[in-house]
Amino acid sequence: MEQTKNLKIKNDLGLHGRAAAKIVELTKQYKSKLYFKKDGHEEVDGSSILSILTLACPRGTEIQARAIGEDSEELLDKLSLLFEKRFGERK
Amino acid sequence: MTDPAITENTTLKGIAVSPGIIIGRARLVDRSKQRIIYQYLLNGKEVKKEVKRFKEALKLTKKQIIDLKNRMSDQIKEHSFILDAHQMIVDDSMVSDATINTILKEKINAEWALKRSIQGIRQLFDEIDYEYIRGRISDVENVAERILRNLAGKEQDSLSKINERVIIVAHDLSPADTSELNTAMVMGFITDVGGKTSHTAIMAQALKIPAVVGLESVTTHVQDGNLLIVDGYKGEIIIGPDDDTIMAYQEKQAYYDRYISSILRLSHLPAETVDGYRVSVKANIEFLEEVVAAKDHGAEGIGLYRTEYLYLRSKKIPSEEELFEDYRQVAEIISPDQVTIRTLDLGGDKFLSAQDLTVEINPSLGLRAIRFCLKEPKIFKSQLRAILRASAYGQIRVMFPMISGLQELLEAKNILHEVMNDLEKENIEYDHSIKVGVMIEVPSAVSVADILAKHVDFFSIGTNDLIQYALAIDRVNEHVAYMYEPYHPAVIRMIMQVVKAAKDSGIEVSLCGEMAGDPFCTALLLGIGIDELSMNSGGIPLLKKLIRSLSKKESEKDLKAILKLSTSDEVKKFISEKTETLVPEIQEKGLYMDRSLYNS
Repeated sequence: MEQTKNLKIKNDLGLHGRAAAKIVELTKQYKSKLYFKKDGHEEVDGSSILSILTLACPRGTEIQARAIGEDSEELLDKLSLLFEKRFGERK
Repeated sequence: MTDPAITENTTLKGIAVSPGIIIGRARLVDRSKQRIIYQYLLNGKEVKKEVKRFKEALKLTKKQIIDLKNRMSDQIKEHSFILDAHQMIVDDSMVSDATINTILKEKINAEWALKRSIQGIRQLFDEIDYEYIRGRISDVENVAERILRNLAGKEQDSLSKINERVIIVAHDLSPADTSELNTAMVMGFITDVGGKTSHTAIMAQALKIPAVVGLESVTTHVQDGNLLIVDGYKGEIIIGPDDDTIMAYQEKQAYYDRYISSILRLSHLPAETVDGYRVSVKANIEFLEEVVAAKDHGAEGIGLYRTEYLYLRSKKIPSEEELFEDYRQVAEIISPDQVTIRTLDLGGDKFLSAQDLTVEINPSLGLRAIRFCLKEPKIFKSQLRAILRASAYGQIRVMFPMISGLQELLEAKNILHEVMNDLEKENIEYDHSIKVGVMIEVPSAVSVADILAKHVDFFSIGTNDLIQYALAIDRVNEHVAYMYEPYHPAVIRMIMQVVKAAKDSGIEVSLCGEMAGDPFCTALLLGIGIDELSMNSGGIPLLKKLIRSLSKKESEKDLKAILKLSTSDEVKKFISEKTETLVPEIQEKGLYMDRSLYNS
């Protein structure tokens, strides 16, 4: 099963180290594979902290998440929540 | 690293720093950061083993990071996120999978493959516009270094575990590196940087193996396992020699061996000029094991015992007992002759690996030698105690390095006297009339040599550093190393000034730099009136033979002529012509190291 979702980065620091780590941590709990795509860039592995970092996403960037697997829907829901909550950061 | 070109019979020219000819296989050592050995794997079995070794290193790395996290105190627990990130980096496909793929595809060792992965990641990070994300590359590097360390811990091929005779090819070698080497397995050294007095040179001479330094880019031309010829006389190396070249060099090798043994037979004869002037010829040594070889080569004592080796060998400061045992043995073996022990001369190009010394921009002008010792009186006192205790067992003199003026000398002497008082209180025997001297190697010490002479028993002129400081030449910087000029009129005048100050105060003066063992300088030094020369033992037989053919009166006359010359080149030309007529074999057979003398 494949799902896609558009996500917007709302925290001040963007996809920095701690945020990227939280994404990787989350994907580890699911069986599905996760990928991120930013305009003008190749799709990257969502379980690789270095890939997420090198995607270089500041605040306001929109990226597309694509999940493949039986629990892909739940994974994308949780992921979207994480983005909404600004990765637990205040700003 | 650029892809090394496979080369056949290619000759590279560098600086010859230790004589001899060897033919052997190259072993590349990358010392830029973590030690890395580049290696091609031979077959599928080795490739499989290498992947397993890499996976084990990753596992160990992760375990270490988890342990580190568990040991974190509560106050800093909030930073444990960094360690989580580090753990993720270990697992990251860009690190683990990419490296394993490279090992499998390219059939190269894990260290090399990992280095490639990291280089790829670094390139991606470099392109990031946001500093706070770009800066995370430091975490990647931190993790990579940890993995490399873990690989080194287990690997068969670390510098300390080389188990076949090889030629070490490196950018540069530090004392910490060479102290880790299994020296019996090293046939020779060749390096990109360095000069006649770099650590690599001193080490090679001590081990009596050939070395060529200053080859600039040899590490990019030579591949691991390449067949090499190292000509430590001419300062050349040949990569991938053909059969004819190998045969020619084997002949040359045999010829030199015969010649060396013929002069070795005469090495016990005293170094007395034709007009009856006796020069004392001594050996510079770096470790205890060299004393016997020094005696065999005809050394009349140890003129300079460099004491850094014991400090660099292990990662911790040696105990007073260890030092005492070492010094006592040197004194006993060389007895009844004398040994001059130079106190710790660390700093400069020699740095402690474990000691938390901050990185200095200009270490030669920084906290080193006596300055370091005065700042670390505990380390200094422990060494002085060991030297004094050993002085009860033979003829020991103590010498302070890098003295720049009277103040420093008096401070050092004060500490020495404190240690003497302690020993007295403890009823421990030592030589109460132990001779104390200074190394003259800082230009300011030359200027105040007359003042210093009143407070010491002897001077030893350390020309390596003196020339470097006086001419403002960094001797390990390959771009200016050629300007390192013992024949500079300024150097000659400085040496004369020191000798005069010593003679006026009636103290002994010796010379212990590379100049002492350079046949082209011998007549000059004889003319100046140096009465003791101390050099690497390999050079002693030839030097003694040379002195036996010289005349002190002639040399004094020549000195007057030399003093009228105004440039190094003029001095070189004068000296070169004189020396050739005296000892033609030096020139004819290229028996002494190929000096820049012949290039100009």
